[in-house]
Amino acid sequence: MKHYEVEILDAKTREKLCFLDKVEPQATIAEIKTLFTKTQGKSLKDEDVLQKLPVGTTATLFFRDLGAQISWVTVFLTEYAGPLFIYLLFYFRVPFIYGHKYDFTSSRHTVVHLACLCHSFHYVKRLLETLFVHRFSHGTMPLRNIFKNCTYYWGFAAWMAYYINHPLYTPPTYGSQQVKLALTIFVICQLGNFSIHMALRDLRPAGSKTRKIPYPTKNPFTWLFLLVSCPNYTYEVGSWIGFAIMTQCVPVALFSLVGFTQMTIWAKGKHRSYLREFRDYPPLRMPIIPFLL
Amino acid sequence: MASSEEDGTNGSSEAGDEKEAIGKRRRLGFLATVWLTFYNIAMTAGWLVLAIAMVRFYMEKGTHRGLYKSIQKTLKFFQTLALLEVVHCLIGIVPTSVLVTGVQVSSRIFMVWLVTHSIKPIQNEESVALFLVSWTVTEITRYSFYTFSLLDHLPHFIKWARYNFFIILYPVGVAGELLTIYAALPYVKKSGMFSVRLPNKYNVSFDYYYFLLITMASYIPLFPQLYFHMLRQRRKVLHGEVIVEKDD
Repeated sequence: MKHYEVEILDAKTREKLCFLDKVEPQATIAEIKTLFTKTQGKSLKDEDVLQKLPVGTTATLFFRDLGAQISWVTVFLTEYAGPLFIYLLFYFRVPFIYGHKYDFTSSRHTVVHLACLCHSFHYVKRLLETLFVHRFSHGTMPLRNIFKNCTYYWGFAAWMAYYINHPLYTPPTYGSQQVKLALTIFVICQLGNFSIHMALRDLRPAGSKTRKIPYPTKNPFTWLFLLVSCPNYTYEVGSWIGFAIMTQCVPVALFSLVGFTQMTIWAKGKHRSYLREFRDYPPLRMPIIPFLL
Repeated sequence: MASSEEDGTNGSSEAGDEKEAIGKRRRLGFLATVWLTFYNIAMTAGWLVLAIAMVRFYMEKGTHRGLYKSIQKTLKFFQTLALLEVVHCLIGIVPTSVLVTGVQVSSRIFMVWLVTHSIKPIQNEESVALFLVSWTVTEITRYSFYTFSLLDHLPHFIKWARYNFFIILYPVGVAGELLTIYAALPYVKKSGMFSVRLPNKYNVSFDYYYFLLITMASYIPLFPQLYFHMLRQRRKVLHGEVIVEKDD
């Protein structure tokens, strides 16, 4: 059967957009359109093999400049190291933050010391996970993200830390009962979040970028996978809610709310791509909140 | 930024999305078209009423003093009604981003309710008259533009006005707003209004004085962006230039 060579030009600029050199004579325009958009639509992956691409024997590859990039690891380390350090500046009441008579003084409230421990632990955990646990799909992200992300994390950390470590800080209304409950929530959610990160890591061999459906393991914290696509985000929101209850501080509640909004967007996206990629994806699962969201 | 010069709101054929060809009509349901046409006619009428009231006031009194007080009810009614525009974006009958519309409407609501209404001593400042005039001309142009676009009969003058008036009106409006906020600062500081102090059981504080300062500062990055965006839209629409937009 004789094959056709089809050249597609831009109607306005006459520039050559695509060259398909092995088109069946019986192919409809619709089919040619899909051949064309397939070669122009989604980005190719590093692992794609030339022969397997739907392009005939002449392949036209489109180059798109993504702009200045920065590695995910660098961004994560920077955005997490900031809050860790900044919070401590407020905790130790470094000069020029509060009135001079408070320089280097220590709060008389137990919950303030506890909060510092929790906040610091949280970011140390994140830093260690970035270095030793996470396996990233993409190497890099746009450079401008580091400024955006650091402003967000560092800004909120400073804002929260300012009030929690303030000499006029008011401890929670229901006293140590409230603090104990909140701390329990926080610890459980931190353990949960870590368990999910480990489970996700184990799904993917070192150096690979494969994607599989995550399932519950023997670890009870991973059983949340039965109900939710992104239990790591669920636990993360839980941790911050715990921290907000523990400190009874509006800026912390706002930080939790903003984080929840962003993580919901991410969870919905992840959930959608799971559904697209896997025919047999468990139908009971919701993106981030069991049964609800 | 209180100037609502963003494209694409209220069902006009202009899309806030740079990639949509200018003049391409989104297929709107019949009910949506009817509602948006009604809404835009109502808003055009409302701001026309305001304009006439302002002209009459000045002709009778010869001064701007007392102007705000005389038109405040109408101003508050129609400017607050603009909140509907955010809903229009949310339900998708207008192709602009909810965020952009939200920011613009919020800044107007802020200026009317949280500054001019709440800080009485500054209501007779010249700067108030300045932004009121700028807003009025802008809104009449904008809403009539949308109305005519929806009715598929856009007089060239309206299109011309929408893409040229802003060149003067936008900086004038911004000047009026900034000068008004600046005039309000001493009263805010003295009264401590809208502010929350420590200690309190929610461990939060808010100082309206510093909030106003930060708001004023935010005009510096925001105003040029919006202004140059409108200039680019103008070149595209009026002169058919092919502009290469920076890919986000």
